[in-house]
Amino acid sequence: MSFFTEEQIYRYSRHIILPEVGGKGQKKLMEARVLLLGAGGLGSPAAIYLAAAGIGTIGIIDFDIVDMSNLQRQILHGVNDIGRLKAESAHDTIKSLNPDVKVELYKERLTSENIISIFKGYDIVVDGCDNFPTRYLVNDACIMTDKTNVHGSIFRFDGQVTVFKPKEGPCYRCLYPEPPPAGLVPSCQEAGVLGVLPGIIGTLQAVEVIKLILGIGKPLIGRLLLYNSLDTDFRQVKLRRDINCPVCGDNPTIKGLINYEEFCGVGRH
Amino acid sequence: MITVRLFAIYRERAKREKIELDIKQDTQVGDLLEVVKNSVSSIRDLISEGKGMIAVNQEIANLDTLVRDGDEVALIPPVSGGTELVFT
Repeated sequence: MSFFTEEQIYRYSRHIILPEVGGKGQKKLMEARVLLLGAGGLGSPAAIYLAAAGIGTIGIIDFDIVDMSNLQRQILHGVNDIGRLKAESAHDTIKSLNPDVKVELYKERLTSENIISIFKGYDIVVDGCDNFPTRYLVNDACIMTDKTNVHGSIFRFDGQVTVFKPKEGPCYRCLYPEPPPAGLVPSCQEAGVLGVLPGIIGTLQAVEVIKLILGIGKPLIGRLLLYNSLDTDFRQVKLRRDINCPVCGDNPTIKGLINYEEFCGVGRH
Repeated sequence: MITVRLFAIYRERAKREKIELDIKQDTQVGDLLEVVKNSVSSIRDLISEGKGMIAVNQEIANLDTLVRDGDEVALIPPVSGGTELVFT
């Protein structure tokens, strides 16, 4: 008996005819478990393309509610979703696009208490969160659970994408050992963001996820891709693992999760 | 000539994408950044405290890395933007 239904063979036919994907690759996609941190600007395009590609299970952690000002870039949600939980709105959009996808929702905050147990259930984490404490929390938890982190971040007209794969390349702390002081780098809410920018960065993240699952091409491990939308400029910087990194270095000093708000000098909300 | 290329908030604050410095002798990145701080005051605090990444000729570097005539130094800040996942 075939793994695929006839409808699935037809739905994924443009993948299956690619020698690099084929039926074997499509099966890998349909067996993969990908966790999206946030159903916002970066999570929206990533979720839509990963769902369309037939990723078997997509986890979404988000406890926020859809607001009118999100619709400029968060394409998972529509006018009728305003006031709903983003996680539930994302679930409905994904299911309407591809009912094959199993969607697992975490309508909660990501914390030091729940992160390890949530990450353990997935193969790949897609990080698109918006603050430094969470970036460091996600980084450290990925190292501790040996999960690959497909990282995307945006600021006004600029975006950054890279893949942090434990043991094979650097981690976030190898690039940025310490966060900037609170308030020095403004958030998107304060600084604004070109609405289509997370569309570019989030879809680049989706491509990296698919490559990692299929084991094809050269993933962005050890390379940081910098995109400037005003100049239409794509640049890459070669990265390397810092042997003195406190988390992924040869003699790590941070072996468990720490207080990330304190580390980033941020007060509690 | 050494080109210092500015990304994201560095670029926004300095209102330019690059700074060209006429430095002939080999210089450490740290010393070069002191020159930048003195000539472009709008990014002085970012260079001092911004915890940005430095790349020389598209490769991650540090304050001790030696740069020479014709090199390109990039100042790349950490960017946190994305989805609001309020942290507790």
